[in-house]
Amino acid sequence: MLIATALEKRFGAVRALAGLDLAINSGEFFALLGGSGSGKSTLLRVLAGFEAPDAGALTLDGQDLLPVPPWARPINMMFQSYALFPHMNVAENIAYGLKRAGVAGEERRSRIAAVLDLVGLQGLEARKPQQLSGGQKQRVALARSLVMRPRLLLLDEPMAALDAGLRERTGLELRALQRKTGAAFIMVTHDQQEALALADRIAVLEAGRVAQIGPPQEVYARPAKRFVARFLGAANVLEGRMQDGAFESAEAGGVIASGLPADTIAIALRAEQIRLTGADEAPCVTGVLEDAAFRGDDWLLIIRLRGGASLRVMHNEPPPAPGSVVGVAWGVAAVVPLFA
Amino acid sequence: MKPGRFVRAVMLAGFLFLWLPILLLVGFAFSADRIPFQWGGFSLRWFGALATNERLLEAAFLSLRIAAASASLAVLAGGGIAFALARFGPFRGRALFGGLIGAPLVLPEVVIGLSLLLFFVALEGLIGWPAGRGAFTILLAHAGFGAAYVAVVVQARLAEAERSLEEAAMDLGATPFVAFRTIALPLIAPALVAGWLLAFTLSLDDVVIASFVSGPAGTTLPIALFSMLRLGLTPEVNALGALVVLGVVSMLALALWLLGRRQG
Amino acid sequence: MRRGVLLAPLWAWLLLLVAAPVMILVVMAFATAADGVPPFTLGLRFAAFAMLVEDFYYAEALLAALRLAATTAGLCLLIAYPMALGMAGVQPRWRLPLLALLMLPFWTGFLLRLGAWIGLLRDEGLVNHLLRSLGITDAPLPLLYTEGAMLAGMVHAYLPFAVLPIFTALIRLDPALLEAAADLGARPARVFFSVTLPLTLPAAAAGFLLVFIPAAGEFVIPELLGPPEAQVIGRVLWQEFFQNRDWPLAAALALVLLALLILPMRWFQKLGAST
Repeated sequence: MLIATALEKRFGAVRALAGLDLAINSGEFFALLGGSGSGKSTLLRVLAGFEAPDAGALTLDGQDLLPVPPWARPINMMFQSYALFPHMNVAENIAYGLKRAGVAGEERRSRIAAVLDLVGLQGLEARKPQQLSGGQKQRVALARSLVMRPRLLLLDEPMAALDAGLRERTGLELRALQRKTGAAFIMVTHDQQEALALADRIAVLEAGRVAQIGPPQEVYARPAKRFVARFLGAANVLEGRMQDGAFESAEAGGVIASGLPADTIAIALRAEQIRLTGADEAPCVTGVLEDAAFRGDDWLLIIRLRGGASLRVMHNEPPPAPGSVVGVAWGVAAVVPLFA
Repeated sequence: MKPGRFVRAVMLAGFLFLWLPILLLVGFAFSADRIPFQWGGFSLRWFGALATNERLLEAAFLSLRIAAASASLAVLAGGGIAFALARFGPFRGRALFGGLIGAPLVLPEVVIGLSLLLFFVALEGLIGWPAGRGAFTILLAHAGFGAAYVAVVVQARLAEAERSLEEAAMDLGATPFVAFRTIALPLIAPALVAGWLLAFTLSLDDVVIASFVSGPAGTTLPIALFSMLRLGLTPEVNALGALVVLGVVSMLALALWLLGRRQG
Repeated sequence: MRRGVLLAPLWAWLLLLVAAPVMILVVMAFATAADGVPPFTLGLRFAAFAMLVEDFYYAEALLAALRLAATTAGLCLLIAYPMALGMAGVQPRWRLPLLALLMLPFWTGFLLRLGAWIGLLRDEGLVNHLLRSLGITDAPLPLLYTEGAMLAGMVHAYLPFAVLPIFTALIRLDPALLEAAADLGARPARVFFSVTLPLTLPAAAAGFLLVFIPAAGEFVIPELLGPPEAQVIGRVLWQEFFQNRDWPLAAALALVLLALLILPMRWFQKLGAST
């Protein structure tokens, strides 16, 4: 539905978008994941029309979007700060776009009532934004965008301004709303948990480009680059190279895998897929237990390998004393080869 | 932290120092004595004398007109300049633009007055306009420095109101003009009113700049007062002072009362 | 571009009402005084500046202006800091009324307030009247047209501008800092001198400059309250312009005043940027 091709955007010396390609399907919940400076916010602003790209193309259902100003695009945006008009009450905020579109009278009233019902804000029509809680403000912002029935809704860090306790539930509500309205949602976030939990597909952005795109499970399980592996759930990345069919890593202290493609330059290992070896089992590699922290469900162990690299390991039982020499092992399937 | 006794004493003394001359001015306005600040029994005679002092009345009327017109011009120009600085992003000469609007805030009055007069003289020499100096040149001069103050007040307000509000409006279908009218303008309206009042007061209070750029036909109230005060304080001027103080205080009381009612 | 259409009149406004006058001031400073209307001939001469250098009268006027500005600003600071401390220390609901009380005199007419001082200080004024009726003096003390009267008027006019920045800095000060200092063993006086004062010093400097800069060019107060010999630069400029009709000299004086104020202005800008 939405196709972005080779988008370029410079701010002075900074290349915020560096030849970015992206295709969004209609009706999907898409998450753009990236750290600060990855270009995710710039991309959102380009999609909404607040920034014009220096080069590249952008089409929505075949229509060229670039010459269309923000006010004429069939795309709406929910701002990170919500940008609720402080001098208007909830109903007036929601009515704002409808008025601009010339929707009046009974239809306007019924659409406002319907969207208030949808987000669960009945009875708050006359409140001013200052009189609302954070969660209520978020829903007003959502309602104000949704009442326009956009084909595509952009959400800029929709949960960033909420209390931690509210985020999980709000996220699920957001997805339910997306399913109900059938609009495509593009959510920008720096929180990988949020992106993994809610999105149909995610794209990890790095330096103005898409580093990897796909369903959350796939991107999480099979990261293609060191950056993606580290960014999603802090996987261990061990550098090395293939020699005679074996993956040799100096920082781990020897050969730690085999049978990987010849151009493998590093491997990713998830912390939860590494286990300590018992006395009767040959370890993949050994190291010294540096530190252990109890986390409720499990322990987080930091193990310094012989080659100097440190390894994060999730462990389900009380760990040995810090300073002990331990062996660690993992299944063949846990090894993800990385090529960049 | 609770202020100590010394601090409280200085604060009290400071407020007393600020207010005592003003309160005495008000009080002695009701004295019948011919010499101001001498009590000669209660009387309203000097208010009566003030009401028939054609020179002062005319000057006051001229000052009010100049102040209202220049403040309105200043709001237009200063508001526009503040909006450009806050919302137009980088444009060519932005630093100069910002420096020029700030200049009247820091330049000494005598410098502003002299330079504006020389400018008006040069302009008249070049294009024959404005012909001579008087109320109109004072109006222009006051609008020029009033705009600087308006710009400061409006810019502060615009900095508070985030840019994304106008973007949100455009995102919901408002053209930039409509977004300005429905979002930015209502939000900066209080700052525009405050800026207008500030420019109005500054114009009404200015003697230095007005003296430079006025001609024989441009005797504003401060110019008239200044020449009278050179000779000392007259009971009429004392009465005028009392009227102004009472007027300002009652306006403020009214404003506070209205504010309190709206909040309560 | 639409933005350009909006910018053009604003540029015209600024160039005409701010930039052009200052440029013409510079041109005038290099012209020569002459009899006629208007009383000068253009050219690139240094006659006006030469006069400023040769006649000590002008250097003294500059010095007098700087001295008056520094004294006024210093006095204002001495009163303003404790006042601001007191205002910041009251219960928050009293802050706004006190602030109104501080700023209200500004709205009551500059000249009328000077009129009040004249009424207080002149020979047959209230102070002399009281002194005589209490039998302290026989003849009226010369109070008006003295340095003291001038300073009283200056401080009265400028004090609120010194209080404002200090007050703002004080109420923005994080109370946790003071509590932390106390928690670490500092007595109240120590807390003040080791935490409050250093953190509000930039605001105090801003308050000083906010008074100093306009006071240096002040004309009206020395003229109405000061002694005849208090020939500050504002007064001298005024006389050269209105009485001697020496426009180039007045313009040169204005430029010299500006040059002297550039350092304080830059300092003020730096303070503004850092706070």
